[in-house]
Amino acid sequence: MGDSRARPACFEWNCRLIKKIVTGLLLMLALLLVAAGLVAAWHWRPALAPIQPPPADAFSTQLVEQGRILAGIGNCASCHTAKGGADYAGGRAMDTPFGTIYASNLTPDTQTGIGRWSLAVFQRAMREGVRRDGDHLYPVFPYTHFTLVNEADLTALYAYFMTRPPVYAAPQANTLPFPLNLRALQAGWKLLYFKPAAFQTNPAQGLDWNRGRYLAEGLAHCASCHTPRNALGAEIAGSAYLGRPMAHWYAPALTGANTAPLPWTADELYAFLRTGATSLHGVAAGPMAQVVQGLKAAPDSDVRALAVYFADVAGAARRKVDVEAVVKEGIEHSQKVSLVDNDRGASLYVAACASCHSNSDGRPVALRPELSLNSAVSAPDPANLLQVILRGSHQAGLMPGFAQALSDADIAQLAAYLRRSRSHQPAWPELEAAVARIRASSN
Amino acid sequence: MFQITVNGQAHTVDTDPQTPLLWVLRDIVKLTGTKFGCGIGLCGACTVHVDGRAVRSCITPIVSVEASAITTIEGLSPDGKHPLQQAWIATQAPQCGYCQSGQIMQAATLLRDYPQPTDANIDAVMSGNLCRCMAYVRIRKAIKLAAASMQEAPPHA
Repeated sequence: MGDSRARPACFEWNCRLIKKIVTGLLLMLALLLVAAGLVAAWHWRPALAPIQPPPADAFSTQLVEQGRILAGIGNCASCHTAKGGADYAGGRAMDTPFGTIYASNLTPDTQTGIGRWSLAVFQRAMREGVRRDGDHLYPVFPYTHFTLVNEADLTALYAYFMTRPPVYAAPQANTLPFPLNLRALQAGWKLLYFKPAAFQTNPAQGLDWNRGRYLAEGLAHCASCHTPRNALGAEIAGSAYLGRPMAHWYAPALTGANTAPLPWTADELYAFLRTGATSLHGVAAGPMAQVVQGLKAAPDSDVRALAVYFADVAGAARRKVDVEAVVKEGIEHSQKVSLVDNDRGASLYVAACASCHSNSDGRPVALRPELSLNSAVSAPDPANLLQVILRGSHQAGLMPGFAQALSDADIAQLAAYLRRSRSHQPAWPELEAAVARIRASSN
Repeated sequence: MFQITVNGQAHTVDTDPQTPLLWVLRDIVKLTGTKFGCGIGLCGACTVHVDGRAVRSCITPIVSVEASAITTIEGLSPDGKHPLQQAWIATQAPQCGYCQSGQIMQAATLLRDYPQPTDANIDAVMSGNLCRCMAYVRIRKAIKLAAASMQEAPPHA
């Protein structure tokens, strides 16, 4: 006992090694803590003083109206209004790969909303992702885009939200696991992925393009859905607008990688964003239908600007396609493949879909969505097509959903048939499982 | 509570949001011209118009048509003399008659899209409307007759 000479020599060596490793680890940990502390300190923001909510007549009607239009362009309602809840009172569950985050209350309630926020607090939240109390907001709130929004627009948005009826509604607590629930750690995320910036006009491009880019990259935050994200939930810089699956939907690529048979020209984009449907691409559904709904109040010039910008992102001008020939061929082919015998998918199509979707004479009728031109049929992911078959659509006429009428196997067969008969794309794998998944989902 | 407009008349119905339009029309509004066939949108017997377009009412939940104008066979023409109805009588198209209100409502949309329909147009649009009496040949004839008479005197829109 206590006689070190009795111990084998190798133990001494092990002991020293372990000591070294432990010291090394402790040092690294200390360094990490210091680094984290520095990052947190660098991104530390003070709490800003609360205010008495401004009286309703503090803002001009014109400014409030401008804010209403902007809130529509920013589609604030689709995240900040819960299903069946009061407008902008928050509480909608946002499922992220890290946990569920509940949208905050944007009404000017003094306890649960933004009633005690000054314009400066609102601007800081939008441009830097910081709450009034100085805590960081999670980037599911797209401040990474809103940082580009100019002061005039932020002032109008503030006027709009501060004049909404205040609603007492505290959102549920987020379900982020430790340590992601520590908002201070967001400083690290910001160091990696966020730089406050003002919008820079590109003098080589026209007014419409620049206006479109300002709206798209800023307030409309299109990339939030249409750009793939990395493991830490940040938009991947080199993959802008390449499209990605979302919760039971698919946000298609907005670049040349888009698989729709016909190019997204400025005219097509304008019609789609303005009305929610075009005969050459199909209808907006799900989250995109909400975007179109939000744009309803926007002036034509802004919708046109978005269309001009995204036609450029899509490289529409470089895609030389004989539109008439593609349409004619698509319709003729659709007619032919509907009459195939002994094909369960074709039979289902003829019984359930053809009365509304069939076209003749080489031209698609506006209210007969031609599926050979439909972007959901040619998309890499079947989610959007399956959603509409299951739940229907209310753009360009009413399509009832077939969730109660057709089984998972029926819908999978129908989707597979449409895919092989009306696109040049490879078959979708595991369709039946995808139908079951979407059927079971709540959105 | 749902406010719906059927054949120009407003109705307030107190029912589950997922109740199919068909049952609201037949059981609550008491318009029984629209028929129940398969109940899964695959036979066309329950076809009505929602904002002027043929829709299968058996799979259309009432919540989805609140802001829309619904037209049933009873409202297609104020006096039951829509060119399609007249052609149906002239050609004696129906046998048992069960599917005819759905056939006529579907054909009305067809003629709006294709005022001079070819056989191919008719086959494509009407193939989702089944007739167990196999009156398809007379139905096609009636549609063409109606199209011809509408060319001479366009009906009330």
